[in-house]
Parts: sequence; C-alpha cells; structure tokens
Amino acid sequence: MDYIIILIAAVFVNNIVLSQFLGICPFLGVSNKVSTSVGMSGAVLFVMTIATMATYLLHEYVLVPAGLDYLRTITFILVIAALVQMVEIMLKKVSPPLYQALGVFLPLITTNCAVLGVAILALGLEGGSLLKAVFFAVSHSIGFALALIIFGSIREQLELANLPEGMKGVPINLLVAGLLSLAFLGFTGLV
Amino acid sequence: MAEKINQTQNFLKGIVKDNPVFVMLLGMCPTLGVTSSAFNGLGMGVATLFVLLMSNIVVSLIKSQVPSKVRIPAFIIIIASFVTIVEMVLEAFIPFLYEQLGIFIPLIVVNCLILGRAEAFASKNNILSSILDALGMGLGFVIALTLLGATREILGSGSLFELKFVPEDANTFILFILPPGAFIALAYLTVLFNKISTKTA
Repeated sequence: MDYIIILIAAVFVNNIVLSQFLGICPFLGVSNKVSTSVGMSGAVLFVMTIATMATYLLHEYVLVPAGLDYLRTITFILVIAALVQMVEIMLKKVSPPLYQALGVFLPLITTNCAVLGVAILALGLEGGSLLKAVFFAVSHSIGFALALIIFGSIREQLELANLPEGMKGVPINLLVAGLLSLAFLGFTGLV
Repeated sequence: MAEKINQTQNFLKGIVKDNPVFVMLLGMCPTLGVTSSAFNGLGMGVATLFVLLMSNIVVSLIKSQVPSKVRIPAFIIIIASFVTIVEMVLEAFIPFLYEQLGIFIPLIVVNCLILGRAEAFASKNNILSSILDALGMGLGFVIALTLLGATREILGSGSLFELKFVPEDANTFILFILPPGAFIALAYLTVLFNKISTKTA
C-alpha cells in the first residue's frame, strides 16, 4: 500500500517538474520533440535510480555513522558526477544501441537538479529503506517522463500555431507549462 | 579610460542585456520554486549571489593551476563548498528562511548559472573582471527573483514583503502562489522584459 501511495504521489500529486520545479532546465531545453523527450526521460530514469541507490547507501553507511552529515551536498554531487561518467563508459561498451539512444543526454544530467533533488528527498522518506528509496526514485522519474512527453507533444503542435510576436519562444512555453501544471493541480488531495 | 568603460559594461550586462533569468534562462528551478513571496525570492537571490561571487573569485585565482581536463569537477567542488557554508549559516542564523527554501539550498550547487559563469567567464578572466561579472549576474538574478516573488505575492496573497494591503478576508488570486502561477507570472514578466529591453536598446 505504501508503495502505491508513493507512486501516485510522485507521478501525479507532487509531480517533480510541474509542482516541485526540479529538472526545469531539461524540461524547457530538450522537450521540443517527442523523440528527444523520450530519450531524455530514459536517461533520467536510468541515472536517477542508480544515483539514488548509491547516495542512499553512502549516506546510511558512511556519512551518518561518521557524523559527516554536513558533507552531504558535496559528496552527493561528486558521486552523481562520477556515476554519470561511469554509466556513459559502461553503456558504450555493454549496450551500444542504448548508448546511441541516451548518449547525448547523459552529460547534461550531471547538472540536472532533479537527480540531486530526488537523492536528497529520498533520505527524508518515512520508514526509509533502500528498496523504498529506489522505488521513490523510479516513481519520480516516471513523473518526469510523463511531464516531459506531454510537454514535448504540445510543443510539436505549437510549431504550427500563429502567435503574437512577443509571445514566441520562451513565454509561450512557460505559459503552456503553467497550464499543464494547473491540470496537475487537479490531482491535489488524491492521496 | 577604455578599460573603465569595459568594466562598467562587464558589470551592467548581467542586469539587463544578459539577464540570467529573463534572457539566458539559467537557474530556472530556484527561480520558479522559491518565489512564492518577495522575501523568499530575495533570500534565494542573495544566497546565489554569494556563492556565485565566491566561486568566481576562487576559480579565477586558481585557473592556471587546474589542468583543463579536470576543471569541471574542480569547479563543482568549489561551488559545493560554498553552498555548504551558505547552508550552515542559514540554518544557524535565519532558520525561518532555511525552512522556506528547503531543498533548493543544496540545489544551488546545480544552478547552471554558477557553473556557467565559472566555466565561461571566471576561468578565462582576471579576478577584478570576475568579481564584477559575478556581481552583475548575481544582481540580475536577485532582481529577477525579487520581481517575480513580488508579483506573485501581490497577486496571490495581496501583500508585499509580508505587509498586507488588502482586508483579511479579501479574495486574492491564490493561483499565483501555487505552482502554475510561477510559470504564468514568469511568462508574462519575460514578455514585459523583452518589450522594455528592446525599446531601450
């Protein structure tokens, strides 16, 4: 039951992009086509899950026992940066097709605040365990994917729209994101 | 004399011409995430300004010592150290703001504005230019966040810096302090900013 609540909360109610404002840069940056949105979502799912697993273990078994909790920010960002590099190298060797699909998005992910954000948020889970933290990360990346893919498909349509000069580009994208966020606000109170 | 004009431009570019939020779209997560009131926007802006200034100074000082292959990790560690300092200072002295900003304080590390300036400017320029660049960009960020926070607070709660100017039971646009309001307010502020800056240019 716990897990179902985490999933619904992460995907709909507290959607990571539209209500928690994490990962806005890729959300606005690479979502101009559905295909790039899917690629980015896949890369985030991959990295976020592994990164949360690694940082959770690091926090639980190294930082807390050693009383070094205040080093959280520094260690987490380093672990994530190193991990992204490693994933990139391994993927290239092990699964070239997957690397082809996700490759260009991987370097961008180091500075994706959604990954660091979820890694930190996962520490605050009630009755936390490794499994729960990983599930939390997976749920949030599904939420990320949902937002990104919906936004990508709307932007493909926007290409054809006749807009006033001043609204072209960034403003209309922000406005669409606002309306999308308004729609997701309807899920408030679901869990 | 020419040098002096250059430095003035260097400082001013961050505020209008290359404003980090309205023009370059850097650091959007905190911009949207914490600006439900003018005070929060200002607090986040100042915290970011401090980290940006300190990291620009350090990066510009050590730029010749760091091998270019490992420069990005080195920059990230420098930035993360200053973020940790900000985190601890805020927790100790302004716990109210620390609570309000929450997760967005550690996330200053991944604010692309800071790494962007370190990489694009401080690693190539001397310390004086780097300081001016950081101050200009940082002030541009502070102004943008405060402006967005003020807009949302005025429309959403009918107050400015916690000073209420509507009756207690008045209806306000609650929407603007909720997440969608952040996107919508920023969209229209960007339109306004573009309009004004193209007119003056």
